[in-house]
Amino acid sequence: MVKSGTIILNTAARFLMPLQLMFSVFLLLRGHDEPGGGFIAGLVAAGAFTLYLLAFGVSATKEVLRMVDPRDLIGVGLLLGMISVLPSWFMGQPFLTAQWWTIPVVDFKASTPLIFDIGVYLSVLGSVVGMVMALMEVDKDEP
Amino acid sequence: MQFAVLMGFVLAALAPLMHRWFAGRTSWVLALFPALIAGWLFSQTPTVIEEGSLLLEWQWVPSLGISLTFLLDGLSLLFGLLITVIGTCVFIYAGGYLKGHPDIARFHIALMAFMVSMLGLVLADGLVTLFIFWELTSVTSYLLIGFNHADLQARKSARQGLFVTFAGGLALMAGLVLLGVASDSWSLSDIRAMEADLRDHALYTPMLICLLLGAFTKSAQFPFHFWLPNAMAAPTPVSAYLHSATMVKAGIYLLARLQPELGGTALWVGTLSLVGATTLLVGAFLAIHHTNVKKLLAYSTIMALGTLTMLLGIGTEYAMTAFVTFLLAHSLYKGALFMVAGNLDHETGTKDVTAMGGLRPLMPVTAMIALVAALSLAGVPPLFGFIGKELKFEAVLGAGNYQALLVPFAFVSAVLTIAVAAIIALRPFYGRRHQTPKVPHEAPVSMLIGPGLLSIGSVVFGIAPAMFGADALLTSAASAVAGQPMEVTLSLWYGVNLALIMSVISLGLGFLLFKYWDNVRARLSLLAPIMRHGPEAGYEGLLNGVVQFSEWQTRILQNGYMRNYILVMLVILIALIGNSILLRHSPLIVFELDVRFHEIIVVGTMTMSALFATITRSRLGAVASVGIMGFSIALVFILFSAPDLGITQLLVETLTVILLVLVLFRLPRFSHLSTSLERIRDGSVAAMMGILIFLLIMTAWSIDQFESISTYMVENSAPLAYGRNIVNVILVDYRALDTLGEMFVLALAAIGVIAMLKLRHEPESPKTAAESSKTDTKEPFDG
Repeated sequence: MVKSGTIILNTAARFLMPLQLMFSVFLLLRGHDEPGGGFIAGLVAAGAFTLYLLAFGVSATKEVLRMVDPRDLIGVGLLLGMISVLPSWFMGQPFLTAQWWTIPVVDFKASTPLIFDIGVYLSVLGSVVGMVMALMEVDKDEP
Repeated sequence: MQFAVLMGFVLAALAPLMHRWFAGRTSWVLALFPALIAGWLFSQTPTVIEEGSLLLEWQWVPSLGISLTFLLDGLSLLFGLLITVIGTCVFIYAGGYLKGHPDIARFHIALMAFMVSMLGLVLADGLVTLFIFWELTSVTSYLLIGFNHADLQARKSARQGLFVTFAGGLALMAGLVLLGVASDSWSLSDIRAMEADLRDHALYTPMLICLLLGAFTKSAQFPFHFWLPNAMAAPTPVSAYLHSATMVKAGIYLLARLQPELGGTALWVGTLSLVGATTLLVGAFLAIHHTNVKKLLAYSTIMALGTLTMLLGIGTEYAMTAFVTFLLAHSLYKGALFMVAGNLDHETGTKDVTAMGGLRPLMPVTAMIALVAALSLAGVPPLFGFIGKELKFEAVLGAGNYQALLVPFAFVSAVLTIAVAAIIALRPFYGRRHQTPKVPHEAPVSMLIGPGLLSIGSVVFGIAPAMFGADALLTSAASAVAGQPMEVTLSLWYGVNLALIMSVISLGLGFLLFKYWDNVRARLSLLAPIMRHGPEAGYEGLLNGVVQFSEWQTRILQNGYMRNYILVMLVILIALIGNSILLRHSPLIVFELDVRFHEIIVVGTMTMSALFATITRSRLGAVASVGIMGFSIALVFILFSAPDLGITQLLVETLTVILLVLVLFRLPRFSHLSTSLERIRDGSVAAMMGILIFLLIMTAWSIDQFESISTYMVENSAPLAYGRNIVNVILVDYRALDTLGEMFVLALAAIGVIAMLKLRHEPESPKTAAESSKTDTKEPFDG
């Protein structure tokens, strides 16, 4: 039922989704210094998928996602959040103490807060898309 | 030693795997473990006897003063040996008793976990560790008693045991905390070495009452005795273990452990003597009512526990000697008798002693074991039980103030005990053969080793108390209970004295009672209407009351209507916060009319859309106006230079609108459900909430008690956390633990929503459907 079928939305969604996803990754990576961050980026990415869902429906979106179930993303996100705890633990520092490393060639600042932020990103994305998909599938099941 | 205890938990977890490797021989393999520990404990005996006590240190949470240190003195060594030796017997025995049972692996998990918990309990030096192991024994014994979980009675009994011991556990925790506060130390060895006398402390009375409640519930003292006979729903190896040497003796252990520090006052002596004596008499009296062999033994166990408590209450040197001797004697014969009961049940298919008879030619070894153990229970020389009984009489005769009361109690219960012993040892094995559900034959070897060993113990220690250093160990244990060095000499012959005369008379009377048991039981059955009003009825009443109360309050507070939940929450919020604001801080209401034009427009838009959302009759209109309000809030954030918050608000609003649109079509028609009176009520609550928020903001604005933390965050964000976006730094660095928690909340909410939507269509019983529809998913606070 919720499947627009209008050509404008369909065309727009097809182009907007990759852009939105790229924007979300951009927001995620710049988040530590400029407005952005895992939560906002996760919401933007979720918005991208929601737009696609509204335009093409659940099964088409599942094809785009291929093997990835949004529900798994929640778990992966939580796992990344927990993993980011570990390095400080091994160094004998209190839990969640941030660790920073510089990757030499590309001069990129890698850190446990970044891993943590990616965890936030994935769990927000998984939660929202999972909920929206579940809601839409209820409609699909309707006789 | 700590390693051994922890290994036990690992072994418990590995039990199912071991069943794959060793199949039917698993019980024998597992029995090696307690046997090894017993060997190690035995090897420590000389050191402990020489030095008094041994501390095995192991820090656990040093910052909180919690250690896993074990204290090895005479008392804990005696208990440890009992636990492991009888544990070995029980493991071997259970292998035979439960042979071919599909759930035997589960049984081994619980039994092993229980055994090491019990071991940890008697060895623990820290009060906190003691409590943890105490509760672990409650949990694992619950699993053991409820092992036949398909049986309603077993489940009920297991739950009863759990509730009673957990309720006592709560009291114990309070008592231990008081003890820790009063003595300012959290380890038993420190408390023992302390110079100040705890008996003079202001907290002594409440502390003692709490500790006694914990000990009495665990050790099934009157009026909490009722859970123990019901726990007979457990498989017999469990009963043999829990009720001979372990679970129910935990309370006794605790009392004995604390006797040097807390004992000797009028409160201690009075309570323990009287409660112990009452329990002793009640147990012995109730025992002869029953024809079920396990119930008989259960009540005689209650009697023994009463005896031990009473002896601790008397507190003389004789009483301490009697205490440790009776403890050992009881563990030996009661363990053996329970296993004999198991053999009878296993081979004949009935537990009713009146339905058995003439089994001796068919089960000669079992009959022999039963005879020896029962003679020890009855206190017939030259068995070890005789020494225990003589000392008990001696102790009671020297009981000081309570002597006049305790002597008849002890004498009557001795008579009844002898009758019980005769019933168990003679009734099933002699006399006319009865038809039994199964054709009986001798039990397998694995079911004879355990009770056989324990019976031999009763004989050996009776004839030669010095064998295996038993009297030295008992001396050391008695000294630990008394808190000062003691000399214990055990022998069968103390000369002709009052105690011996009492023994002889009670033997004669007991045998008479056995002869006329059937008549006595018929008379006693007339008492049944009165017996129904025992403490167990009180327990049942309490339990039903709790269930009814929770049903009532669930009906009122959680009736499944969102509007009620919100109303209740808001009213409570208004009452609490309003109260605090009005009483503690009078809000300074200062209007600074420094308002810009665009701010007025934004606020005006918000007010208009809120008003429109409440009065509109179109659902889409309401959704849209709430959306407008959300976007206006985002605008406010941006105006006050908080771009992150603004962006988040915008995105959340967008997604909210999308989610609302998705469910909009599924909602029922817009209709009026509330009367105008309810509308006025809801309206006034909403208005008060608005006023409250206003006051809250004004108050927050006017009080300036703390220095703002944001200065620190702004200053240190870049140098310490290498980030210029403070909001993000707070989320992923300063307050990362909060964010982590919120991630879990979000994940749980999402899983809840998905589960509710997906599982709706599965066939389910109407009850669970109603329950799941009541579960509200909260929107998580966004990170």
